[in-house]
Amino acid sequence: MTDKASLICITCPMGCRLDVTVEGDKVVSVEGQACKRGLAYAQDEITDPRRVVTTTVRVVNGRHPLLPVYTERPFPKHQIFPLLQELRRVTVMAPVRAGQVILANALGTGINVLASRDMPLREEPCVS
Amino acid sequence: MLKTLSYDVVVIGGGPGGLAAAIAARERGAERVCIIERAEELGGILQQCIHNGFGLEVLGTDLPGPAYAQHFITRVYQAGVQTLLDTMVLEVTPQRVLYATNARDGILEIEAGAVVFSMGCRERTRGALAIPGTRPAGVYTAGTAQRLVNIEGYMPGRRFVILGSGDIGMIMARRLTLEGAQVERVLEIVPYLSGLKRNYVQCLQDFGIPLQLSHTVREIKGNKRVEAVVAVAVDERWQPIPGSEEVIPCDTLLLSVGLIPENELSRRLGIAMDPVTGGPIVDEGMGTSLSGFFAAGNVVHVYDLVDWVTMAGEVAGRSAAAYALGMAPASVYRLRVVAGDNVRYVVPHLFHPESLAQGPQQLQLRVREPIEEKVQVILEADGVEIWRKTERYVRPGEMVTVKLMPDLYDRLKPASTLTVSVRKPR
Ligand SMILES: Cc1cc2nc3c(=O)[nH]c(=O)nc-3n(C[C@H](O)[C@H](O)[C@H](O)COP(=O)(O)OP(=O)(O)OC[C@H]3O[C@@H](n4cnc5c(N)ncnc54)[C@H](O)[C@@H]3O)c2cc1C
Ligand code: SF4
Repeated sequence: MTDKASLICITCPMGCRLDVTVEGDKVVSVEGQACKRGLAYAQDEITDPRRVVTTTVRVVNGRHPLLPVYTERPFPKHQIFPLLQELRRVTVMAPVRAGQVILANALGTGINVLASRDMPLREEPCVS
Repeated sequence: MLKTLSYDVVVIGGGPGGLAAAIAARERGAERVCIIERAEELGGILQQCIHNGFGLEVLGTDLPGPAYAQHFITRVYQAGVQTLLDTMVLEVTPQRVLYATNARDGILEIEAGAVVFSMGCRERTRGALAIPGTRPAGVYTAGTAQRLVNIEGYMPGRRFVILGSGDIGMIMARRLTLEGAQVERVLEIVPYLSGLKRNYVQCLQDFGIPLQLSHTVREIKGNKRVEAVVAVAVDERWQPIPGSEEVIPCDTLLLSVGLIPENELSRRLGIAMDPVTGGPIVDEGMGTSLSGFFAAGNVVHVYDLVDWVTMAGEVAGRSAAAYALGMAPASVYRLRVVAGDNVRYVVPHLFHPESLAQGPQQLQLRVREPIEEKVQVILEADGVEIWRKTERYVRPGEMVTVKLMPDLYDRLKPASTLTVSVRKPR
């Protein structure tokens, strides 16, 4: 049984339209990608869709009350809401450095959640 | 006592445009470079854009906004750029004396060898739209809501309607959904998406948020607080189609209806402006009509990618440093760049063919109408075609870049206008 699917590649701002032919959960052909990352995207999107998740966690004594964080790699799409639930329970102490691990091996995926930026202590000048 | 300071290059605004300009000015040899920023920290709008999608062009990785900003903030300090934070520039004179204010020093008088404007852009507001109805609480621009949710940790509502399919609106639709709110609808007055397709996929489609094209808000209902909006379908001339009204209950309306360059300071100086972009008229070095004044980033025109803001900032910073050090090429003969068929605007507005001696130069343009098939981008010097390329499609929301190669010099040198058109192949 072959199926056709039409996807938009979200890997870069070009947003190529991909015409994908699928057999079961195997991608047999992809057309429309302007670069080879489109192929990998189509394969993942059919079999294991993932997204980079960005959100905030609470921070104590920081310049702002929230610290922006992100998953270091695209995260399984069906686990996005459970991940957010988990991150709502996290509070970190300032100062924080960009790239610091905020939640290791999130939900057992092997993917870390990292701080997006430095978060200096309140009042500390913004010198990195 | 007025405190007086003096720098080779002063950069007004510490967003990605200003950060790139300051770093480039130092690298080009300016000793004393200072960024003046009215916020308490550098980074500009990027600090509230916590989503990813930044940096693919310039850094080769996909980063969240604050991480992209962090990269350049770290480099700014490493490069020995000075900063005046929490400091607002009030006035600039044509002699390049700036007046700024902050809580520590009161009023500062700052002399600059060259000035870079990088004040970014601001959002259009409800005033620019004139939606009838009551004026209840619960109407925000998407960017204000973004700041509240991502930096201050405050949810402005529970049930949202978003007017405008720009990127900020779609990104906020996802953000609010992730924070547990209900986004009822995104309404867009034109018959096509105004933001990037990828944002439609990952912000709306992923979460089943409905998008209605050719629709707008007819009326806002509610006394103290928004209780509903009345959505309506529109025809090609944006006129409401009678009978298509629909009441959508909600407590908050977000407006994502476009950005305008922030140019109060430049306008008051009498710098020549382009009414289409809302920014100054610039040449390929990002020099404005007033010598010694340069512009970097979204003050010039609203770029769709921060990466391009960074690249434009570097150009402005290099030009400013060269000017301050007395190394700027004497202003020689230049062409007028004209927006031709289906082109809304082109930046830069003026072009010195001599700049091609330094290497390829860029033109960036936006089309008026989307064309979803192969189209040709055509350059004409005084009406004679000198170059063309094919694009797979063009959309008003996606800037088109043209690289001018040095071999075009001989064709451009004798001309007085360079016209850029986008046409379907005949
Ligand atoms: C709400 C909003 C959301 C956006 N989201 C995105 C996005 O998701 N992706 C994207 O690619 N682009 C986005 N943009 C566009 C964004 O503005 C640019 O991509 C990028 O931030 C532009 O960089 P910039 O340096 O030109 O301006 P900005 O980042 O806006 O920086 C300008 C800086 O100048 C300072 N300033 C202004 N006036 C003065 C003054 N008189 N004195 C001192 N300092 C001053 C401001 O405080 C600010 O820090 C968004 C814009 C807005 C308004
Ligand atoms: S296929 Fe390549 S060029 Fe096209 S959107 Fe995907 S990553 Fe970008």
